[in-house]
Amino acid sequence: MAEPMKIRATMEGDAANIKVLMNHVMETGQRKDAKTGQLIPAHFIQTVSAHVNGKPVLEAQWSQAVSKNPFLGFKVKGAKAGDKVTVSWADNKGEKNSADAVVA
Amino acid sequence: MNAKRRTFLKSAGAASTVAVAVAAGLIKPTSVMAAEWNKPAFDAKGMPDALKALGSVGAADSKDILIKAPDIAENGAVVPVEVTSKIAGTSSIVVMVEKNANPLTADFNLMNGAEGYVSTRIKMGQTSNVRVVVKAGAKSYTAVKEVKVTIGGCGG
Repeated sequence: MAEPMKIRATMEGDAANIKVLMNHVMETGQRKDAKTGQLIPAHFIQTVSAHVNGKPVLEAQWSQAVSKNPFLGFKVKGAKAGDKVTVSWADNKGEKNSADAVVA
Repeated sequence: MNAKRRTFLKSAGAASTVAVAVAAGLIKPTSVMAAEWNKPAFDAKGMPDALKALGSVGAADSKDILIKAPDIAENGAVVPVEVTSKIAGTSSIVVMVEKNANPLTADFNLMNGAEGYVSTRIKMGQTSNVRVVVKAGAKSYTAVKEVKVTIGGCGG
């Protein structure tokens, strides 16, 4: 599941606009397997956190109702070009991923 | 052998003391692990329960919360939602789908210069109101937008 994440951070006025695409199935636990008729167990990202230069800016908790391959966009005031943005997530099965980008 | 047995008994005793304290409500598990996933709120089945679990009962309607979402979503599995809060001191933005089995969808906590803005994509089982609750200071504010769904995004 350690597929790459995509992060893009660009300055818009005095704020950095940060966009993140994560690779995740985001299984709800309500869907049935077409062949076996068994419920597919839930598998989704539960926590997401974002840091700018090591300082936390966003901490999110998600349910299974966030779409597959989730998109997250947010803005941080006071960030500057060259700042390092780190975004990481953890899911309900204990899988984790993290990626970073430099504000352009 | 005997010494190991003693330490084992001791540590087992200590562990159960904590368990007893938790059970008695002396230590709230949530306060021990602040960043832990808020299971009771996410498991809540209806809007009133979900709002209660979040501690946002009685949020005031606000026109300073803008929800950008399609009026009609062709595919309920991917509904783009963009929330902008113009309320000063916005510290948290919560997105809920009133008619989903578990309404609470996403809870964003903002700090250290993060603006009152989040953008994401959510799943909707059927046509429903998308409700946003914003916390600023000690107060909660709310706004809704209806999204009509032609193909549901939950279930197979």
